[in-house]
Amino acid sequence: MEKRKFGFVMSMVLAAGTILGACGGGAEEEATDNGGSGEETDKFTVAMVTDVGGVDDKSFNQSAWEGLQAFGEENGLKKGTDGYDYIQSKSDADYKTNLNTAVRNEFDLTYGIGYKLKPAIEEVAKQRTESQFAIVDDVVEGLDNVTSITFKEHEGSFLVGVVAGLQTKSNKIGFIGGIESDLINKFAGGFEAGVKAVNPDADVTIEFAGAFDKADKGQQMASAMYSSGIDIIYHAAGGTGNGVFAEAKSLKETAPEKEVWVIGVDRDQSEEGKVTVNGEEMNVTLTSMVKRVDLAVQDVATKAMNDEFPGGEVIEYGLEAEGVSIAPTQDNLSEESIAAVEEWTTKIKNGEVEVPTVPGKN
Amino acid sequence: MDTLTIIALIVSSSLFAATPLIFTALGGVFSEKSGVVNIGLEGLMIIGAFTAIVFNLTFDTTFGSATPWVALLAAMLAGGLLSLLHGVASIAFRADQVVSGVAINFLALGLSLFLVKLIYDKGQTDMIDSRFIKKDIPILSDIPVIGDIFFSGIATPTIWAFIIAFVSWFVLYKTPFGLRLRSVGEHPMAADTMGVNVAKTRYIAVFISGLLGGLGGAVYAQSISLDFSHATITGQGFMALAAMIFGKWHPLGAMGAAIFFGFAQSLSIVGSSIPFLDSIPAVYLLIAPYVLTILALAGFIGRADAPKASGTPYIKGNR
Repeated sequence: MEKRKFGFVMSMVLAAGTILGACGGGAEEEATDNGGSGEETDKFTVAMVTDVGGVDDKSFNQSAWEGLQAFGEENGLKKGTDGYDYIQSKSDADYKTNLNTAVRNEFDLTYGIGYKLKPAIEEVAKQRTESQFAIVDDVVEGLDNVTSITFKEHEGSFLVGVVAGLQTKSNKIGFIGGIESDLINKFAGGFEAGVKAVNPDADVTIEFAGAFDKADKGQQMASAMYSSGIDIIYHAAGGTGNGVFAEAKSLKETAPEKEVWVIGVDRDQSEEGKVTVNGEEMNVTLTSMVKRVDLAVQDVATKAMNDEFPGGEVIEYGLEAEGVSIAPTQDNLSEESIAAVEEWTTKIKNGEVEVPTVPGKN
Repeated sequence: MDTLTIIALIVSSSLFAATPLIFTALGGVFSEKSGVVNIGLEGLMIIGAFTAIVFNLTFDTTFGSATPWVALLAAMLAGGLLSLLHGVASIAFRADQVVSGVAINFLALGLSLFLVKLIYDKGQTDMIDSRFIKKDIPILSDIPVIGDIFFSGIATPTIWAFIIAFVSWFVLYKTPFGLRLRSVGEHPMAADTMGVNVAKTRYIAVFISGLLGGLGGAVYAQSISLDFSHATITGQGFMALAAMIFGKWHPLGAMGAAIFFGFAQSLSIVGSSIPFLDSIPAVYLLIAPYVLTILALAGFIGRADAPKASGTPYIKGNR
């Protein structure tokens, strides 16, 4: 009897909570609606909708948010609905809702960060033709109010390939990708071309883990690669790449004289490579290929503010616009490779070299 | 690579990847042997991984190189406490054990990510400095051939996994406590008539499963992923659950199944450099672990019978 009573009370509380919760949501929505249409501001406002990573994911979303903050600071905007703001998505189901919220709050430009938002942006942009959108890292075609921001990952990967080609001791280099796709192939293709450009004898092994979140698999793959004599691995595999770092650090710790290196991706991953061997600080991160989402976001926002919104276009940020680059941490690079990186950067910018976007057949 | 290197590589990386699964699968065995289905293993691993990483980051300077081991204890405790929640729901309140287990999974993921955000103000933790690494075991690794294959590049937790698997077998099959635990899972009413405290036994079993689940997650986090984020534990708990069923709810069987999973995965990775296997297209090697598992489940192990009372709450006096 006691238990039944307890259960009844519990369900009543839950039901009440649901009803009250619904009320709260409705009222809030109405308020923002009125607020939005009530006042017209001539200030340029911009918002971004994150994917499930959140604005502090040390990756894409964070970088984009840093770009927006820099943009806001530059133009004297405040964080909030009359300046710049972000809306965090807790699950894949939130994207559409969050994009609509941004539109209702009359943001002039709304970013969707990451390829996961593509379907949501497509749908919302079709309905809200008067609003401007931009998607990072994917392409939305046939809509005049959407700009697609992509990166020439192959160019950045080419540069780290040059470093790998020059600094390998065994002439064996590995690449571990997340899931085989056009995007990841750009990393692999550019990297391979970069290695071959400076060291035609080097052998590049390209493998895919089939997942971005399987650190154990990355660890096993790295273990296999390092024992086959490969001394440098470039990973483009997100969380799977953690396993590559784990394996490299483990090897370094047991045999400090052994040559094991990891090349990081998307941001400067020198922090991940830190390892202390017998009281001595070492780092297994050779260098990293950095994607400057922040610069791209800032650039598009500036264009939109000056009424030059590149709607319907696909903008590719490469070495030219510093959209991709080699990480600022260069402790492990030789003089020779730093010079070579500069040389090849110029060549790519001048168009002397065409960097392939798919790996060649071995 | 020569044959010896390849074999040594496969053995070492299978065992390394299997270690967290062994711990967690053993946890599953304890819980299910006592009649409580534990789908929440994934959640227990998550909370274990989270606790271990946070503990490791916080107390690294205090404990030095012993940090990962102390963090394991903290993670076990956290896993044990969370599993008691599952215990209360499914033993005292007789809730559906599957639903309660799923709730544990949701709760663990949500809670740990929320706390990461609260503590570190970012979406994932930093990487830990003190961790488990693969080492050569002194003396034993000097034995020719066998030493290279079995005793080189082994992490210490792997040895513990073997020890704990045997201890679990001993406890479950050779001690009065184990007999009671199993009888509670097979026929709680009979056990009750013989004076076994069904609820107490089940609580203890679920608590042990929480300890081992947390341990599994902590080992994974401190040897493989090295940080904690939403992508740290993705499905390993369910693989451990599968290993437990595959191993017919027997501690040593579960251990064997976990090693088999690790072996299949490492074979699919190393396969491309084995002379005979390198002509097979990569996609077949990638699906090999799953195909092997299905074949093994369907063909080789025969019927897998769960403990009879698994999943049913015991209500005193009901027939």
